[in-house]
Amino acid sequence: MLLELFFTFAKIGLFTFGGGYAMIAQIKEIVVEQKKWMDDEELMQIITVAESTPGPIAINMATYMGYKKKGVAGSVLATLGVVVPSLVILYVISLFLDTFLQNKYVAYAFTGIKCGVAFLILRAGFGLLKKVEKGLIPRLTFGIVFALMILFDLLSVSFSSVWFILMGGVIGIVLYAVLSPKKEVE
Amino acid sequence: MIYLQLFLEFFKIGLFCFGGAFGMIPLIEETVISRGWLTEAEFFNLLGVCESTPGPIAVNTATYVGSVMGGPFGSIAATLGVVLPSFLIILLIAAVLKNLTNNKYFKGFMRGVKPVVVALILSTGSMLLLKAIGFAGLHEFKVDIVCLVILALFLGIYYAVTCLWKKKLSAVKVVLLSAGLGIVVSMVFEAMKV
Repeated sequence: MLLELFFTFAKIGLFTFGGGYAMIAQIKEIVVEQKKWMDDEELMQIITVAESTPGPIAINMATYMGYKKKGVAGSVLATLGVVVPSLVILYVISLFLDTFLQNKYVAYAFTGIKCGVAFLILRAGFGLLKKVEKGLIPRLTFGIVFALMILFDLLSVSFSSVWFILMGGVIGIVLYAVLSPKKEVE
Repeated sequence: MIYLQLFLEFFKIGLFCFGGAFGMIPLIEETVISRGWLTEAEFFNLLGVCESTPGPIAVNTATYVGSVMGGPFGSIAATLGVVLPSFLIILLIAAVLKNLTNNKYFKGFMRGVKPVVVALILSTGSMLLLKAIGFAGLHEFKVDIVCLVILALFLGIYYAVTCLWKKKLSAVKVVLLSAGLGIVVSMVFEAMKV
């Protein structure tokens, strides 16, 4: 069972491209439909926890599922399963990338890829923007942080965005937990 | 001690990564650039590789940066660093604090963080796009025509395909399409110069 957890998650790590959300579909197919380790409802619960905690969603899900199946040992092996394929692949690539880039055509390809990755990040950002809560404070927070980030970057001021994250969190605690103590029903 | 540095920096990145893989790109960029681990150009290459290889983007970037800076042990140190916060937090929730995600302070924190993360992702994306087309500072903006042409063609093809198939192109396809355009457009420009 422990080995099975490792190999199942290794397979998930090896065959999903594009990170997080692509992985959820893959995990659902393998863990719920093929292996029948859990039902849809349990999976939904795990997804909710994985999304509402820091860290990459795939790692969160592997740890949680491994723990549910086989305790701490299970969580270690499932997490290792997701990590090891990436670790090996990227390590090998990192050894050769510089040599590859000496090739004219590879360098050309990476000129194009610059635009592609910037586009991907913007696409993800606009997707999330639609989900930002309506209301003055979330919008104001978004606007101010966005403007400051661009400004700092243009003026080459170094400022860790961790501080923005912490400030946002504090505003959230004050706004949603301290000032509006009415119990929220999910 | 580069191993410890890699471990700690990526631990911080793992801990403050909200909103999925894209949420950590701003943090990774800040860290690797301000530490002098990668140049802006190397960071672009890294993103291209990590978006088009399987596995979580966070693990991919950690392994890559770790390996460039500290060889095999560097890659293991950075990867452990990025994974450990998630692992410990989830274990804590699964084993002890089963109701943490229902705690109102925790929920308030997460709700407050959301618009910040979206702003970080969009501002990073916008700046990367500007840099891709030649922006290097307020007084050094030489527009890179090759990149501009690639970008225009890319957007044209992307939206045409999206409209025709009614399906979003996956990250791998976006990278492949932009790589192909990069080769073709660069070769055309090279041929025109000769």
